[in-house]
Amino acid sequence: MSTPEAALTTYKQKLANNRLGLWLFLLSDSFVFAALLVTRFYLLGDKRPHLEQELGLIVTSVLLISSFFANRAEVQISKGNRKGFLSSIFITMLLGITFLVGVVGFEWRLAPFGPADGPEGAVFFMMTGMHAFHVLTGVIFLFIVYRNGLKGHYSPEKHWGVEAAVNYWHFVDVVWIFFYPALYLIGTL
Amino acid sequence: MKGILSYGILRGLIGQIVGWAAGIGLVTGIRALMGLAYKAEPAWVVGAALGIIGFLIGIGAFRDWFAWAKGEETPDPEEIHEEPGVKRYFGYSLDHKVIGVQYAFLSLFLLVVGGSFALIFRVELVQTGMQWVTLNFFNTLIGMHGMTLIVSILMGISAMSNYAVPLLIGAKDMAFPRLNAFSFWLAVPASLVLVSAIFTGGFDTGWTGYPPLSIRAPMGMQMFFVAVFFAGWSSILGALNLIVTILRMRAPGMKMFRMPIFAWATLATSIIALTATQLIGTSFQMVSFERLFGMSFFDATKGGNPILFQHLFWFYSHPAVYIFVLPGLGIISELLPVFVRKPLFGYKWVAMSSLGIALVGFLVWAHHMFTSGMEEYLRVPFMYSTLLVAVPTGIKFFSWVATMWMGRIRFQVPMLFIIGAIIVFLMGGLSGPPLGTVSTNLHMHDSYFVVGHFHATMFGGFIFPLFAAIYYWYPKVTGRKMNDLLGKIHFYMLTPGFLIMSFGQMQIGLLGMRRRIADYDPAQGFETAHLIITIAGFMVALSVLIFLINLFVSAKRGEVVTENVWQSRSPEWTVLPTPAPMHNYPQPIRVVGDPYDYGLKGARYVEILPQQAGD
Repeated sequence: MSTPEAALTTYKQKLANNRLGLWLFLLSDSFVFAALLVTRFYLLGDKRPHLEQELGLIVTSVLLISSFFANRAEVQISKGNRKGFLSSIFITMLLGITFLVGVVGFEWRLAPFGPADGPEGAVFFMMTGMHAFHVLTGVIFLFIVYRNGLKGHYSPEKHWGVEAAVNYWHFVDVVWIFFYPALYLIGTL
Repeated sequence: MKGILSYGILRGLIGQIVGWAAGIGLVTGIRALMGLAYKAEPAWVVGAALGIIGFLIGIGAFRDWFAWAKGEETPDPEEIHEEPGVKRYFGYSLDHKVIGVQYAFLSLFLLVVGGSFALIFRVELVQTGMQWVTLNFFNTLIGMHGMTLIVSILMGISAMSNYAVPLLIGAKDMAFPRLNAFSFWLAVPASLVLVSAIFTGGFDTGWTGYPPLSIRAPMGMQMFFVAVFFAGWSSILGALNLIVTILRMRAPGMKMFRMPIFAWATLATSIIALTATQLIGTSFQMVSFERLFGMSFFDATKGGNPILFQHLFWFYSHPAVYIFVLPGLGIISELLPVFVRKPLFGYKWVAMSSLGIALVGFLVWAHHMFTSGMEEYLRVPFMYSTLLVAVPTGIKFFSWVATMWMGRIRFQVPMLFIIGAIIVFLMGGLSGPPLGTVSTNLHMHDSYFVVGHFHATMFGGFIFPLFAAIYYWYPKVTGRKMNDLLGKIHFYMLTPGFLIMSFGQMQIGLLGMRRRIADYDPAQGFETAHLIITIAGFMVALSVLIFLINLFVSAKRGEVVTENVWQSRSPEWTVLPTPAPMHNYPQPIRVVGDPYDYGLKGARYVEILPQQAGD
């Protein structure tokens, strides 16, 4: 186990374990969001809550664009371009924070109901709150990766931390692709 | 003082107290800044949650992960040499065998606690009228009995799978040893929070926590929710770890269809635990938020729908029973060939039947809700899917019977419990279809028949196999055998005691005894039956006490064994010495045959690979 080749084989095996573990975690987590979607359709049916359409479109675009930069970060580090990797992670983080400010800072205030005002409020705040919590953990995760990236910890061969953070970020993004129409588009007011 | 603090669990407890106090202080402080008066419920909820995190920080479960976040390297678990001795069992250890034993102790501790709750309310039920507990305390005990034992069972299956699966599949350890230790230590403070529900007002909903009652129940309800949420995460992360271990860490040559059946059963269980458990966490979280923030998910007066809760809740809580029984059924299939000295009948079918039960288990949840007022068209499809569960379960029974047929059965203590498990689980299984069929369910819903049915499934599917597994692998842990005579007394008290209890419950259930009630009409004439059930219940408790005495006394005085006590073909007995060394399989092994070829001439299963030169 002392040769560099053997060490790389061990690393690759661990990497495969880690990848499977992350995918299983995302599978498990998706059941939480599925439960919230079920709740939304069970309680509200074909009604949708009254929300700011423009704001919804803006935050959705911001989050989708952030996923592009997240992907770019992973591509750049695997090519060995540290500068491009760091700038992409940084932009992803900023866009994530913008999304959070948009949802929690503005939409939560602008919504014409509070969490205690009937099922609409309960569903809206639970769904956006649970999603925002995941975005927040994703931002923290990206920040850790960014900080370690600044220290020069990742290489084209070994950058599992980046891959995990980015895949988690994509997952959170995909969840929003289901949540956005469920909250903003489907149904009548 | 420093000597005591070297026990991780004590650092954890101190961390939990500090975290709990900090949580209460934090919420009270924020509320004070907002100009609000002290309110117990939010403060205690946040306190309980932070207390659990405090425990984990105290015991050091986050240490390595924080180091990774800071970009530091930590040593590989295989390179860590822990000090041998009893102390390993009281702190943060990365060895799956230690964690398995830790799980077992937590499981048995909760088994005793939860069982004692049952004894208290069984005594109350002997006579009509209320004698020695209050109504609220009775209800609290009912709910606590249920949930404490559910957590106990979750810990018990984790104990068996953590200890046995890496050994059975020839792995060095679990895939993620730190996550493994984290999952276990998450359950310890969660169990403490669960027990704290008794002292924070209790709750009167039973273990199901149905709203709208759970929205109005005393504050103990919230402790119950917090505890289940974190115990659920423990179960999810443990399941994740097991799936990766089974899929990726098998010894060379062990193809999927050469895996021991217990690994198959654990795989099936873990798939359910990984996914469905999120639903109970989410549904309890929603009730908790409804209480804290007034979010009206389930309160019909404010536009919510209580039926929704039942759908979400049972989407976990029905598959959960398969989480509970599948590992136990796997243990039966795993140990039966050892004691019958014959190959397991229909290996592939048995392996697939576990996955079959897991799959069908996802599609049956609404059979708990036939009387709830849900959409009527859902009844018949769910009845059929429920009855479909009998098919894969039947495969297992046929396999067991056919394996035993013409075998040279050795009636050693683990085998007794295997036979007991098959009989008791059969009783549990046969009492299932009347409950799964809509027309009969409408009459038997919420009666003691249900109680009798699921106690039979839980005992047959979990308790008996757990005891068998403990008797079987005990020499591997301690190097000593458990006392045979005490083991036989344990079995011959437990089995009749349990059957009387379970059949008694089914009988009075059919006659109209409702479950979860503290008192009943003397004119119903159930007093004698309740007395017999209670005596049988105490018999079960006494047999478990004998088992516990055996467990502790044999660790010091049991017969010393060094070789393959049960003449098993499994690598942990044939390759490893007894007791098991700290690191599994120092020499690499290879699987060259099928696991259960007992009595076949020239059959080989595992061989040790020759050491490579220069390694």
